[in-house]
Amino acid sequence: MKCVRTTLKGWREIPEGGTITEPGSSVNFDVTAWRTSSPLIDQNKCTKCGLCFLYCPDSAIEIDVDGNYHVNLSYCKGCGICAKECAPKAITMVKEGH
Amino acid sequence: MNKKVGISGNYAVAYAVKMADVDMIAAYPITPQTTIVEKLSEFVANGELDASYMNVESEHSAISACIGASLTGARVFTATSSQGLALMHEILFMASALRTPIVMANVNRALSAPLNIWNDHSDAMAQRDSGWIQLWARSAQESFDDTIEAFKIAEETRLPVMVNLDGYIVSHMYEPVELPDEEDVRKFIPSRPLENRVSIKNAHAVGVVGPPEYYYEMKYQAIDAIERSRHKVKEIENDFNRRFGKNYREIEAYGMEDAEAALILMGSIFGSAKEIANDLRGKGRKVGVVSLRVFRPFPAQELREALDGVKAVGVVDRATTPGGSGNPLYTEIATALYGMPERPAIQGFVAGLGGRDMREDDFRLMYSATEKAAREGAGRCIYVGLRE
Repeated sequence: MKCVRTTLKGWREIPEGGTITEPGSSVNFDVTAWRTSSPLIDQNKCTKCGLCFLYCPDSAIEIDVDGNYHVNLSYCKGCGICAKECAPKAITMVKEGH
Repeated sequence: MNKKVGISGNYAVAYAVKMADVDMIAAYPITPQTTIVEKLSEFVANGELDASYMNVESEHSAISACIGASLTGARVFTATSSQGLALMHEILFMASALRTPIVMANVNRALSAPLNIWNDHSDAMAQRDSGWIQLWARSAQESFDDTIEAFKIAEETRLPVMVNLDGYIVSHMYEPVELPDEEDVRKFIPSRPLENRVSIKNAHAVGVVGPPEYYYEMKYQAIDAIERSRHKVKEIENDFNRRFGKNYREIEAYGMEDAEAALILMGSIFGSAKEIANDLRGKGRKVGVVSLRVFRPFPAQELREALDGVKAVGVVDRATTPGGSGNPLYTEIATALYGMPERPAIQGFVAGLGGRDMREDDFRLMYSATEKAAREGAGRCIYVGLRE
């Protein structure tokens, strides 16, 4: 059995009956498991223009201290807008679960 | 000291609930269950039972109130029949998935239409996938005993338990019932506060949304719980037998030491089936009968052992699955026996729908048809007593 979301808790670890036992647990909530493909940024082609950051409807593009752009897969739904808008064509969509 | 009283199956359930010292009862009347909650209201009103008695506007509300109360750690009970159970349908799944140890008596009655208040098993069978443990009583005594057992099973597995008893035939029949000492019952099921899952001090969110990333795992928890309940049910039954001098098993067999053709059934018709088997065995026919006392978790292994060496089984369904490959009990039995190296022929029967009496001749017919299946293989499902 292939599990594509190994970071999520298994059935033995989830509190009985799906009870939420601690506050603020929504930060651990994966809202992207239905994503069918994810963006892959080619850092050599990227010009750091920031279009992907601006267009992403889920604020899933993050900028690190060096000014490089990365995809936060905990939020990315795989819509492909970033790849579509990327001026230097540095983003390719890679299919999930293959 | 034990006391023998003449009470109905419904009153037997009410006495068991009183002895179990429940904290909360949610009640909505429905025939033929009504006298259970009626008796309990008497117990509460005259101070014999210290419980909160909640009159609700429907069975949907009754089971919902039970879930809420159970989450606070209270010991809760409700009872229903037929349309009432059907109205509870969506909430039954929540009760098992939220792991609330509710005990409910379901007095078996046919589902409409046409409107019918008499006995068959279509109500409980329609809820077989709801994740509830199902016990099947065959007498007033068993209704009492199963209800006591049900509280222990529910609380130790944290799963809801449905105690089924046949409408009228068990529910309204007055029989001698041996009531154990209340003290002994309390020792068996001590009134201990269960975990309060909704207190301010220990705040939990219950009944959350389970999106695709979580639903599967959460559902599997309930599947795993009822699978693991198998050994718990056995253990608790053994403990009950030891304490109260009974001999209950998940399945009970009669004449199976040498039977070549056996009926499999549930509920009160076991008595008639035994009588006729006894008569036929006296004439040299190798017939037997197996009765299931536990339907969920389904005792497949115990059944295979009991049916080892049998040439044909006749499954008596008192409910139907229109358009299915077999009726509810038939498909369970066929699935359970499929892997047997020497699988018996399986003849299906439907009988006693909507309270239609099952007479001696009906049982003789079913034994004969099962013997025929042993010789020639099983035929199509036989609708016993149906007018052409």
